[in-house]
Amino acid sequence: MARLQLDAARIERARESARRIAQQVHRDMSPHTTTTVERATLRLLGVDGVDANQVPLPNRVVEHLQERRLLQHGAAIALGAAMAEEGWTAQQVAQAVGAGTLTLTRPRNEAAARTAAQAQAERMSQHIARQREQRSRRIAAVGEARTPWLYLIVATGNIFEDIVQARAAAEQGADIVAVIRSTGQSLLDYVPHGATTEGFGGTYATQENFRLMRAALDEVGAKVGRYIRLTNYCSGLCMPEIAAMGAMERLDMMLNDSMYGIIFRDINMKRTFIDQFFSRMVNAYAGIVINTGEDNYLTTADAFEAAHTVLASQLINEQFAVLSGLAPDQMGLGHAFEIDPEMENGFLWELAHAQLVRQVFPQATLKYMPPTKHMTGNIFKGHVQDALFNIVSTVTSQNIHLLGMMTEAIHTPFVQDRFLAIQNARYVFGTMRDLHSEIEFRSGGLIEQRAQAVLAQTEAMLAGIERIGLPEAIRRGQFAEIARTPDGGKGLDGVLAKAADYLNPFPALMMGPSR
Amino acid sequence: MSEAKREQWLQPYGDTLGDGRVQLSFTLPVALDENAKEAARRLALAMGLDEPAVSHAEDMGQGFSFYVIYGRCRHRVDLAAVQVARPEYAVLDKARIDALIAATMGRKMVVIGACIETDAHTVGIDAIMNMKGYNGHKGLESYHAIRAINMGAQVDSEALVTRAIEEKADVILVSQVVTQKNIHLDNLTRLADMLEAEGLREHVILVVGGPRISHELAKELGYDAGFGAKSYAEDVASFAIHEWIKRKVA
Repeated sequence: MARLQLDAARIERARESARRIAQQVHRDMSPHTTTTVERATLRLLGVDGVDANQVPLPNRVVEHLQERRLLQHGAAIALGAAMAEEGWTAQQVAQAVGAGTLTLTRPRNEAAARTAAQAQAERMSQHIARQREQRSRRIAAVGEARTPWLYLIVATGNIFEDIVQARAAAEQGADIVAVIRSTGQSLLDYVPHGATTEGFGGTYATQENFRLMRAALDEVGAKVGRYIRLTNYCSGLCMPEIAAMGAMERLDMMLNDSMYGIIFRDINMKRTFIDQFFSRMVNAYAGIVINTGEDNYLTTADAFEAAHTVLASQLINEQFAVLSGLAPDQMGLGHAFEIDPEMENGFLWELAHAQLVRQVFPQATLKYMPPTKHMTGNIFKGHVQDALFNIVSTVTSQNIHLLGMMTEAIHTPFVQDRFLAIQNARYVFGTMRDLHSEIEFRSGGLIEQRAQAVLAQTEAMLAGIERIGLPEAIRRGQFAEIARTPDGGKGLDGVLAKAADYLNPFPALMMGPSR
Repeated sequence: MSEAKREQWLQPYGDTLGDGRVQLSFTLPVALDENAKEAARRLALAMGLDEPAVSHAEDMGQGFSFYVIYGRCRHRVDLAAVQVARPEYAVLDKARIDALIAATMGRKMVVIGACIETDAHTVGIDAIMNMKGYNGHKGLESYHAIRAINMGAQVDSEALVTRAIEEKADVILVSQVVTQKNIHLDNLTRLADMLEAEGLREHVILVVGGPRISHELAKELGYDAGFGAKSYAEDVASFAIHEWIKRKVA
């Protein structure tokens, strides 16, 4: 297999810096919880549905606890107390709170409250573990595609239309279907409920939409003889709740980045760090592969000059993932083919970057993203750009291959755009199947030198971040050239300090010794 | 001007003047068979293509089929009758824009930019405003005579207007990339209405940009100018100072 000569000690030093950077953030954030972590906890304890005004019951209960200054003890203990005292299910308690007929209090019998919450949490953990087994069973039964897996996006706004398109995509050869969310959902501080048919630039992530799409993909997967993976967005202000919903409904992948929301959605960094830790823990337990969003840096910063920021961020994302219990093959670290097509030897640099990432993360399920920034509306040139991207992906053995659309920069893809994109990728992957094991990079050549240079820059960048801390690095705009402050951004009002007796039964269940 | 009025009829060109040859591709929501293929050919005929030939037809699964068709366009257009609206100003380079602002305004021009409402795509506004700019064209932040404030993505119209008042903005620059279901029209109208309601509209130069935006559309929506794809910071800045001077004189 084609390999670059890289300094292993340098990689190790960079990784150690990233480890200390992530641990520092984790230490600073672990005394806190957030409103959405507590809502996710309620969902995992069995609370679902909306009140008469379509407000989700998890939101109603958490607001109720905030008003009564009880949230810092954990939503689980208050819910468990009411369940024990009334002899009700979690859902009955939430409905009563929503109807205004029940007031939650500190538990009169602490032990009984804990037992009730614990029993409910164990039931849910078992359900999620069964979903994980079910995934393995289905893959064993129907099989799965060889990598790179073809990743396609549907985004009609209407879940029922999405299902038609997703089925067509799977029949045409897609291995992964991602349902893009409605634009703006990342900034909603609640998760919409039920099947939805109205969205802009995408379809709302709701538990019912997850369930409908999962069933459709299982059905078409059985027909085409490949397990079709389902992906959604575990990001924004409700990251942990989406993780919970995805775990319950057997999603396979989740877009989940430790810094994306901070940088690109101006979500408060404390909120994001706390939320991503909890959501990744749930994803880890559910066997979900996270997809990180480093490709986005290159849509604002220059893909050649900022290549090291991608690798630095991947190393940080990896260490945050380790802290949440994700296995290496659950890390879909992201990068992209975004060098200006006018740049001489740009293809060589793309090869260097992609191969570098492959070698730094040999076990990761790498996600490689197609050109978007330099797609122009000239669909004919765009199709060629996508073909070059496909070549790099197969030659460097990427795992998750997001299909490039020649109509990128024009519209959300038409059914024929996806069809042609799949044809393009299958052609390249087929005709070049074993090319990667037949070629070598010239020792000391341009590609190897470029990879070594990016690695050196990455090490230096991470050493610098370690000195100042990750929040300060973000404040200085070191990623994507966008600066964010620790107390700026949306969602800070949802961050609160945990009380000494704070209870959340899930970390012990999901990250405990049994795993 | 009489020269410009001379008729100049245009047809697509394949390899011979006047052959009208065009290509198109589309999907039909039915599985491929001979009837579907003939239906595709007749659709091309109905679109005004003579001698349509289906060069490629393929079944796509799930009851869809894909067609590539060549034909001769029977329509023609008089180029002399075409008059596209566009902002009239000379595009200057960065140094001359800086000099012109300094000479005419005697202070920095304040430009506030944002992707408004639900739009999360900062690619356009960043290309125009950020220091680095795009494709070798430096952004407004790099202009000495411009104070450029990029508020980023998903900015409420209210927040944008408030900031514009605080900063005494000369120019408001709005980016709209997502146009699905014409959501950009609602967003842009809302901002224009809000500026009107605040009595601010005539005091600011209001500009919109985005890949689906034309100057004509911008004018229709009550904006001073619209910039589509392949526009750079110097286009926007040249327009802004040109418009500022025009208003000063008026």
